[in-house]
Amino acid sequence: MEETTLTPILQTKNLTHTYGEGTPFQRDAIHNLDFSVERGAFIGIIGHTGSGKSTLIQHLNGLLKPTSGQVLFNGEDIWQNKEFTRQIRFKVGLVFQYPEYQLFEETVYKDISFGPKNMGLSPEEIDRRVRQAAGFVGLDASVLEVSPFDLSGGQKRRVAIAGVIAMEPDVLILDEPTAGLDPVGRESVLENIRNYQKAQNATIIMVSHSMEEIASNVDKLAVLNHGKVAMYATPKEVFTHAEELIAMGLAVPQVTNVLLRLKQLGVTIDTSAFTVEQAKEVLLRKKEELRHA
Amino acid sequence: MLKDITLGQYFPGNTVIHRLDPRTKLILVIVYIVALFSAKSPLSYGLVALFLIVTVGISKIQPKVILKGMKPLVIIIALTGILNLFYTDGRVLVQVWIFRITVEGIISALFMVSRIILLIAGTFMLTYTTSPIALTDGLENLLGPLKKVKVPVHELAMMMCIALRFIPTLIEETDKIMSAQKARGADFESGNLMARAKALVPILVPLFISAFRRADELAIAMECRCYQGGKGRTRMRQLRYASRDIWAFGIGLAMLVMVFVLRGIQIV
Ligand SMILES: Nc1ncnc2c1ncn2[C@@H]1O[C@H](COP(=O)(O)OP(=O)(O)OP(=O)(O)O)[C@@H](O)[C@H]1O
Ligand SMILES: [Mg+2]
Repeated sequence: MEETTLTPILQTKNLTHTYGEGTPFQRDAIHNLDFSVERGAFIGIIGHTGSGKSTLIQHLNGLLKPTSGQVLFNGEDIWQNKEFTRQIRFKVGLVFQYPEYQLFEETVYKDISFGPKNMGLSPEEIDRRVRQAAGFVGLDASVLEVSPFDLSGGQKRRVAIAGVIAMEPDVLILDEPTAGLDPVGRESVLENIRNYQKAQNATIIMVSHSMEEIASNVDKLAVLNHGKVAMYATPKEVFTHAEELIAMGLAVPQVTNVLLRLKQLGVTIDTSAFTVEQAKEVLLRKKEELRHA
Repeated sequence: MLKDITLGQYFPGNTVIHRLDPRTKLILVIVYIVALFSAKSPLSYGLVALFLIVTVGISKIQPKVILKGMKPLVIIIALTGILNLFYTDGRVLVQVWIFRITVEGIISALFMVSRIILLIAGTFMLTYTTSPIALTDGLENLLGPLKKVKVPVHELAMMMCIALRFIPTLIEETDKIMSAQKARGADFESGNLMARAKALVPILVPLFISAFRRADELAIAMECRCYQGGKGRTRMRQLRYASRDIWAFGIGLAMLVMVFVLRGIQIV
């Protein structure tokens, strides 16, 4: 058992994916990509538009087949046989971008139970999972019997996320789960995700375009650039490479930007803070320093 | 995957074929079809095929793409071949039970299959090398005279344009929805007919909803730009024939005439 704690839960080896092979539109979305995820971690993925983020995550649960290379789950190739690949879909839950567009059932309850039903679980187990998943995403029990199409955009998003959470995957992958939500909605979706991680000891992989969101949630951050992993480290480390990030068409969190600008203006200050709280600390310390000087 | 369906898709390019006036291409497709259906001998079929091959060559469209596009139609092609093979009377070659293969059957099957393949490939070349907008512009222009007898030519052209424009979008959308439902363990490949039909519900419902939403959004966007149909509408891109169009017409007509001549020779 010791070994499983050491082998990464998900790993890609030399992963390449070519879209539209043999047409004039042929192109490598990701190329010889190596990436690994430790059990229980909260991983963020950033990268400019078209850098291959969505392509990468669709390989992690076997939706896309690698053109070449491997995807390993607990050290085992997920494409070894058909049944195993199908099981991986349940172990690695993937929430697509704008998942609300995939709702189809008459009631919220039925829609959330679609995944568990496909797993072939007993009705009691399905019922338990649906209610628990609805709880994780903060859906009221009264909403369960409503048609998903009568809900607001934010609520639909929650239903869709619950639909994946109900399968109780070991790894939960989310593609820009907060896109198009208001600030309150965004924070509460993130909280739902963190709750799920804590309750199930799950591994989370989140694609996001918001540096703030990434900075304050993830343990480790992968930066994708032109189909390759350009950096893979803690947010603190990644954000010290501000120039490189900017060259890749990305940005650093707003507060880091403020500190960098201060430094440019000649203030000797630590620029590694990336959340408002950390920046506040740094600035207060600086203020103390200046007063004593 | 659904992605392989290239029906009605446009492959941008900058070859002579791409730059031909859409009206020229439309008329040439008709000329091509007439020639194809008038062809009777292997030689005239060869001539039509040559015309197609040269067009494909110049347009730099990879033959692989055309073959891929034909994939969904393989059954129709195969069926035509088989029906012709078994249901043509003539000199019997082999007979097994009630099935009879005749020399004439083989010949007519070969002709029919090549005719269908040439027909499909030829029309594919039109949509592969002409953008939907250019295509509808050309169609509207060619059908223009029908406006006099109250045929809503502009509206029809616009409908066709929108339909062509949305085929790839809907395919992409279907792909996305299928992936999303597969991620929840949906299984489209196993089970009996009933189970498979039922498995389509999770795809069709979101697909219809999104198609209606798109239609709605498009209608609003068109209204915001004061679209009121064809009346009094002017164009930014005026269609104009160039010398290359005359050349193309010349070559196309030459092929047609040659096919007719070959037909005449054979009859005599
Ligand atoms: N189904 C597809 N067919 C063809 N090309 C595709 C397809 N999906 C993605 N691509 C191409 O692959 C590249 C990577 O796309 P991908 O969707 O992985 O990017 P992304 O990092 O998720 O971008 P975004 O931030 O916009 O979501 C892009 O250049 C895109 O055009
Ligand atoms: Mg994406």
